[in-house]
Amino acid sequence: MRYLIALAFTLWATLGGAQEWEDRRMFNDAGTTPLRIISSTDTDLFEPLIASFVAENPDVAIEYLVTGTADIDAQFRAAPDAFDIAISSAMDLQLKLANDGFARVLETIEHPEWAEWRQSLFAFTTEPAAIVINRAAFAGQPIPQTRQELIEALRARPEVFRERVGTYDVRRSGLGYLFATQDARASETFWRLMEVMGALDVQLYCCSGDMIDDLAAGKIAVAYNVLGSYAAARADEENTLEIILPSDFPTTMMRTAFVSTATQHADAAERFVQHLVTQQSTGDEAGPTLPALRDQSDGAERAIIALEPSLLTFLDTLKRNKFLAEWESAVIQN
Amino acid sequence: MANPAVAGSLRNRLVLSLIGGAALLALILFVAVRSYAVQVAQQGQDRILLASATSILDAAAIRDGVVEVDIPFAAFAMLSTPADDRVFYAIYQDGTFLSGYEDLTLDSGQGVGSDRFTTTDLRGVTVRQVSANRRLIGANRTTDVQLVLAQTQDALAETLDQISRNAAALGIGFFALAAALSLWVASTTMGQLNRLTTSVTRRGPQDLSPFMKPVPQEMAPLVTSLNSLMGRLDQSLSQSEDFIAEAAHRVRTPLATVRSYAEATLQRVDREENREAMRSMVKAIDESSRAAGQLLDHAMITFRADHLERQEIDLVELVQDLVTRLTPIAEMKDLRLVLKGDPVVRYAGDPILLQNAVRNLIDNAMKYGPVDSLVEITVAADVVPTITVCDSGPGFPPDEIETLTTRFKRGRNSENSVGSGLGLTIAQDVAEAHGGTIKLSNRTEGGACVTLSL
Repeated sequence: MRYLIALAFTLWATLGGAQEWEDRRMFNDAGTTPLRIISSTDTDLFEPLIASFVAENPDVAIEYLVTGTADIDAQFRAAPDAFDIAISSAMDLQLKLANDGFARVLETIEHPEWAEWRQSLFAFTTEPAAIVINRAAFAGQPIPQTRQELIEALRARPEVFRERVGTYDVRRSGLGYLFATQDARASETFWRLMEVMGALDVQLYCCSGDMIDDLAAGKIAVAYNVLGSYAAARADEENTLEIILPSDFPTTMMRTAFVSTATQHADAAERFVQHLVTQQSTGDEAGPTLPALRDQSDGAERAIIALEPSLLTFLDTLKRNKFLAEWESAVIQN
Repeated sequence: MANPAVAGSLRNRLVLSLIGGAALLALILFVAVRSYAVQVAQQGQDRILLASATSILDAAAIRDGVVEVDIPFAAFAMLSTPADDRVFYAIYQDGTFLSGYEDLTLDSGQGVGSDRFTTTDLRGVTVRQVSANRRLIGANRTTDVQLVLAQTQDALAETLDQISRNAAALGIGFFALAAALSLWVASTTMGQLNRLTTSVTRRGPQDLSPFMKPVPQEMAPLVTSLNSLMGRLDQSLSQSEDFIAEAAHRVRTPLATVRSYAEATLQRVDREENREAMRSMVKAIDESSRAAGQLLDHAMITFRADHLERQEIDLVELVQDLVTRLTPIAEMKDLRLVLKGDPVVRYAGDPILLQNAVRNLIDNAMKYGPVDSLVEITVAADVVPTITVCDSGPGFPPDEIETLTTRFKRGRNSENSVGSGLGLTIAQDVAEAHGGTIKLSNRTEGGACVTLSL
């Protein structure tokens, strides 16, 4: 049986092209206008938005493809006409795609200035990067509330945390790279934390989902720079996890969407983005859906990463190489 | 009166040239403001681009023989615009591409340290780009790091649009103001001419005195010429009137002498044909004497009408006086004068003029009235005081009623009567001097009526 499933997967992968998707779902097969959405958001979290959209637009069939943020960038640059909409949490990569002219200008969408770029890249969530811990590992210990306190907690009990801390592999994850560069920009504490984590043989992950799976399973005790939204989806049902929004400096990203300039279904795609931003700006948060778009600019300073050309800075090849070199020297110490 | 030939309008010419000038100035203003704004806005963008490029090149260094460019976060942050302009850059080392956008090519022949701005097309959009260069000196070699930094011009275009709109509003506002001012200037300038025209038009027919009101300098020669023309006119007019009055006066006295000789001779002559000749002579002398009298009257009236002196009088008394005086003459012609109407009619006027006018009317009536008929004189205080004199004669020829008051004009049916044709004219002049009118009509039962309304 297991072999048969494996065979079926192999066959499906071969027939569907070389690409392997984390998930691939069809919504409203009966629709006559097909929309291909390439996204980094887990289908479970995104499903309610698509469901409400196809309920209002029964003529649109949606193919929802999930892959990593770095892969979205690569896929999209390789074949811009293969996708109608790109959704990603890696704001820098999305902004660069828009800057490079891959994003269509959507004149009719009304969106706050701080949450859009060139009327073509639209933010629809605000999600903070969080430290998520397994309560069991901190039993009887104070829960760290800042990065500094986390460093101290890790240093205090290296035997507990050896090989039991996790964070993004910034070389593979676009979102991990965005969070890491923003952290590095904000404070030197980031580099000390990386060195401490490196010394503890940090586990590197491609995606938030995997990290939280391991955290819930008890394989790791601390996950750094995880998406709060993913952890919240689990924390509701399991009492084992605690989400900490570090109070020294918060890093909050916005999930963004844009319509490809090469789309054949501009009208349907625009309607989808309109639906997305409307739902996320006004919709209630019932069900396992994504966090809404909230203006936090009046709260902590630099709460939300700004949609600006400065996001291009760390995508520069020379700059990226330099950053990755420093990161590797801090994290990979063996 | 002949209308002058009209060619063009001073007012239109003035308005057109002023408005045309204003439009031209507004256009120049708009173009100047806009081009200046373009220059300033472009300078602003260039400065930021150069600052950004400088900060990037500043972060270039040779480490272990390898060129590193650690782009500062601020370099791109400062390029953020309200219109979310796109940013492109490319870093080259000695002409070899290192990082950024490879389609942003390096300008050839670029010297060290020169910063060059160009506006070019990149990926289908217009971008402003700066090329900058920095020479790095390492341990054993020197190398050039070149940077091309480009930015789209959406924010600039938006700013320019806004400035253009403002400049256009400014230009239109300026034009509207200037146009309103030109209309005002033209109408006030022309107003001076109009005022002069009005004061010429409003003058009474006898008023030939010079214009004394102040006029603008440019109009002074015109008014001077006008005044001198009127002065000459006045002089020649009064000369001729004087001459007529003098002539009439001079003729009247000898005529009276001749008439008394003729009367005396008539008493002495016995032969009927001689007596008839003498009577004709007396009649002709009377006619000449009357004409001379009327001419004198007319000259007197013209003078008095210009300097009208009103006094409170009773018109009935005045007319009654006349009737009493004229009754003997009427009886000689077997006519009866009857005064009717209101007992007392008060009026403020010149009694001598009025008496003269009414006497001329009664004279006329007696002249045309047939033997043994009535001349009815009615004095009434209606809305305005009126004096009506009616006879039972042949009446006015209907087609001549309008023209009969003209000086020296006599009715067609007057061939066998004594008269100069001045009677009605005198009556009309008096009426007009008092601000009244004279009206001629025919009675249905026969006879002519003249109504003097004051």
